[in-house]
Amino acid sequence: MTTDLQPGATIPPFQRTTGFHNWNRFAAVNDEFVDIHMDDGAGQAAGYPGAFGMGNLQWAFIHNMLRDWLGLEGRIVSVACQFRGPNLRNTVVTAHGTITAVRPTGSETLIDLDV
Amino acid sequence: MPETYVSEAMAAAVGRELERRVSYPIAASDIRRWVVAVYYPEDPPRLFWDELYAATTPFGGIVAPEDFNPFAWMAAEPAGVPRREGYDPNSTETRLGLPSAGLSFQLNGGLQAEYGVRMRPGDVITWVMRLGGYREREGRLGRMLFTDMEATWTNQRDEVVKRTTSTLIRY
Repeated sequence: MTTDLQPGATIPPFQRTTGFHNWNRFAAVNDEFVDIHMDDGAGQAAGYPGAFGMGNLQWAFIHNMLRDWLGLEGRIVSVACQFRGPNLRNTVVTAHGTITAVRPTGSETLIDLDV
Repeated sequence: MPETYVSEAMAAAVGRELERRVSYPIAASDIRRWVVAVYYPEDPPRLFWDELYAATTPFGGIVAPEDFNPFAWMAAEPAGVPRREGYDPNSTETRLGLPSAGLSFQLNGGLQAEYGVRMRPGDVITWVMRLGGYREREGRLGRMLFTDMEATWTNQRDEVVKRTTSTLIRY
């Protein structure tokens, strides 16, 4: 972890250009073969421009970012996110994090981030 | 479109258990495949696939990433390949024996998690999901029903691995 532990500091982002190569691999490990993630027609029927990626994969990207930053000494205490728009094919998805608070406790330091 | 999707029976069902599963023991290569997928096209961290390296870390061996799902494809309980009703946007209610809410589409609206101990190879995970509650909102696609599903994941020592809330958006 090399980021200054101060509110306003940003942590290194995690970024992927996403499409069927990512989604199909994730579908295979999460058994998530849902039409809206595989078929443009199904995505359009649901009201979107085409097929789109899994929220669960974006959730994993957030965790990848946090773990890559924390290294082996830190731990993820809790995470929350909302999915507000579709991750369409060839979109560059970036997980960002900004420190909002640093809270020393007896045995460890809790760090809040806006991700 | 109905004035509300939430019937009296649906409101009364909040808090009821929706589903319980017990995993097969997690295999190290279940974890390896998961991390290859979520880090693709780059290599995942060695902690998740290299036993010799992982043994030198504070974890003492391979652990699963927090977001790992040990229930994909098949569970020990209920046995057999899971039914595909999970992709039916009315399955939440039909699993509870309630009339269908008449919804056509379902999306993943969001996730929350609090983490406990890490999952490791050999762990057997029990997952219990309850209906957390309903909310409704007008959106770009019309009236939308937000449904919270609360789950507790524990290992074979009854230690909490994580508590999660997933929000379904249905319309």
